[in-house]
Amino acid sequence: MKIALIPALLLATPVLAQDRVLTVYAEDYVASEWGPGPKIKEGFEAFCNCELRFVTGDILPRLLMEGAGTQADVVFGLNTDVTARARASGLFAPHGQDTSDMSLPVEWTDDIFLPYNWGETAFVYDETRLDNPPASFAELLDAPDDLKIVIQDPRSSISGLALLLWVKQVYGDDAPDAWAKLAPKVLTVTRGWSESYGMFTSGEADMVLSYTTSPAYHIAAEDDRTKTAAIFPEGHYFMTELAAQVASTDQPELAQAFMDWILTPEFQAVIPLANWSLPAKLPQEDWPQVMRDLPRPETTLFYSENEAEALRQPALDEWQRAFR
Amino acid sequence: MAAGLPLSPGHAIAAALAALIGGTLAAVAWVAGGLSALSEWDMRALWFTLWQAALSATLSAVLAVPVARALARRQFPGRGLLVTLLGAPFILPVIVAIMGLIAVFGRNGALNEGLRALGLPEISIYGWQGVILAHVFFNLPLSVRLILQGWQAIPAERFRLAASLGFAPRDIARHLERPMLRAALPGVWLAVFLVCLTSFTVALALGGGPRATTVELAIYQAFRFDFDLGRAATLGLVQIGLCVGALMAARWIAIPASFGAGMDARGGPVAPGGWRRAADAAVIAAAAVFLLWPLAAVTALGLPRLTSLPAEVWDAAVRSVLMAVTSAGLALGACLALALAIARGRGRWIETAGMLPLIASPLVLGTGLFILLRGLVTPQQMALPVTVAINAAMALPFGLRALIPAARSLQADYGQLAASLDLRGWARLRYLTLPRLARPLGFAGGLAGALAMGDLGVITLFASDQPTLPLKLYQLMNSYRMEDAAAAAVLLMVLSFALFWLFDKGGRLDA
Repeated sequence: MKIALIPALLLATPVLAQDRVLTVYAEDYVASEWGPGPKIKEGFEAFCNCELRFVTGDILPRLLMEGAGTQADVVFGLNTDVTARARASGLFAPHGQDTSDMSLPVEWTDDIFLPYNWGETAFVYDETRLDNPPASFAELLDAPDDLKIVIQDPRSSISGLALLLWVKQVYGDDAPDAWAKLAPKVLTVTRGWSESYGMFTSGEADMVLSYTTSPAYHIAAEDDRTKTAAIFPEGHYFMTELAAQVASTDQPELAQAFMDWILTPEFQAVIPLANWSLPAKLPQEDWPQVMRDLPRPETTLFYSENEAEALRQPALDEWQRAFR
Repeated sequence: MAAGLPLSPGHAIAAALAALIGGTLAAVAWVAGGLSALSEWDMRALWFTLWQAALSATLSAVLAVPVARALARRQFPGRGLLVTLLGAPFILPVIVAIMGLIAVFGRNGALNEGLRALGLPEISIYGWQGVILAHVFFNLPLSVRLILQGWQAIPAERFRLAASLGFAPRDIARHLERPMLRAALPGVWLAVFLVCLTSFTVALALGGGPRATTVELAIYQAFRFDFDLGRAATLGLVQIGLCVGALMAARWIAIPASFGAGMDARGGPVAPGGWRRAADAAVIAAAAVFLLWPLAAVTALGLPRLTSLPAEVWDAAVRSVLMAVTSAGLALGACLALALAIARGRGRWIETAGMLPLIASPLVLGTGLFILLRGLVTPQQMALPVTVAINAAMALPFGLRALIPAARSLQADYGQLAASLDLRGWARLRYLTLPRLARPLGFAGGLAGALAMGDLGVITLFASDQPTLPLKLYQLMNSYRMEDAAAAAVLLMVLSFALFWLFDKGGRLDA
């Protein structure tokens, strides 16, 4: 009897795990072996008695097309620019977490979309190539036009859109004038962040639109301390990535368990050095030294979902006119 | 396949293509609940798309003529290798080509460093001129190869006759070369024009700002940011309209050349001496520097890290090669069937259908397929087969441009003979068609394989846990690993080129 049980148990365990699959729709970089995905999968599978399966790609367009029939249980990696549309779809269920004591520079009261990381937009430069980096947004606007920056297109990239909102929040109705000053310095506008950043590291541009946390990669992975984010007293625009559970999930317990796990120290500790961003809920003394040492902006700017949605098209029009 | 039957494999494939392109567009429009109106910015994008494509196509075609003529009438050691190498830019993955162009023509590139050293004013690649430069870089190779094939298709006897009649180069140009160009150039121009119509990443990266917005970017924006499928469908329809319009214009301009059949004797145009010899050498050298320098620059960037690439990148490389070879096989079969049907003059719509994949927005295609197939199979199951099939379809227009002229002359020159010998079916394919079409077939297969290799996944919607090499390249870049990404780019370039070389070489075994 005992002997007969052992193979049965061996067989039963994988079957059980297979029955319990948590399907997570994630942005492509998340699940690659250089992103936080593998550690998240390993950490969750260690206690969930299930399999976590990442499905990568254009997550929101796909989810909107699939509707309630989607296989997704959780989505991971949404940006704040799409939350209004995602919320309106009614496809998501509340995350059920207490967000009152997050380590975010802004108050977070959203009961659907849960931040797991954050950072701010910033212009990154190389100290060895730029002698007089602008010390404020105003200085950047007034810098000579041979200071060349690369930015991302707000129509195809979230960081590009964040720059638009950043300028809008700093300059308000004067944003068109700010863009008119900035436009001659824009070497080019790329489709995504990676093309811009590649142009910067290859020495093509003096500054690149990136994140306040970008220098951490160069310090931690390459021992290169020459890359610096210029910190502007006018403030920096807040960026966060979000997770949410799908209301129609056939694994509600697992989905909830995953949401419960996101804000735990174990999960949050993965973020800084795998995602090169700041953890959403982790005391600063628990951050890796490289993140603690980074210069921090004093002011963080952020538009609410509805404000951002209302500003998007007018700001896009202003931006396109500046380059005409 | 008896001649009387209305349905040949060519017809079936053309119908399937039309259904694929039209069906996916209809599916997107259907989900959107109809088409939406275009904005002022969309109209600007349309205008920029049109003029940059027209200028890029004209420059590529015009510049290709002297290069192709010089290559056609000169023999020198390494000529075969050079002809193959000059084809490389066309098959470069876009992101790799941008890296190479910036390394040479960029603000910090080799050219500007040279100009600075000489105290000369610098040039800027960013702006419309950069978009045109990149498009010529991509498409000059294709144009040269297609026109070169035109030269090689003129039977050697005609050149000998011209020589015995004492033709000067001017007379040869008038009686032989110009009719050939009149037949070939509109098709070349059309192919480049259509390629540039759907340009997206290049236009954005080198365009210097939103002035360089193309229709494909507007489609991307409609999908990814606005989720406005109606607008995406409208823009997709506009692209198809442009394709059909350009195709009809090209057909109206082109006049088929008729040189008659030759004895397959070796030898191309007579090589004139004197200053023309030096001019040809200069033209070949200039083209080689323009096309090969950026490739060398990319290689120099990535080579140091090539051996230390992680295993996952190599796995992805193997997967990409397998997918590319399958795509090439599919594309070759479909291409041959289409070209033979077109050569037999069976309906002009076949040629139009064959060119459609060129202009179909990958985003519309991917989304449409996703909508159409979602009830039947899971997206993960679809990912690899759909990518292979779409890549094959996307390569068809290029293969057709190479095959149609050859298939037409085959039909004109040997059609009656074959009919009188009752040569048909497999025997005809084996003894007449394949040997005589081997060169363009090899070229078409090479193009299909290499293009499939570099494709970033027509369909990011069909997520897959089996990433391809171009996807790995982007993942590396997105993780700040720019040096590893450069190494992956070299790997991608080498593999694409090796595939192209193997197919192309296979087609030229007799040459």
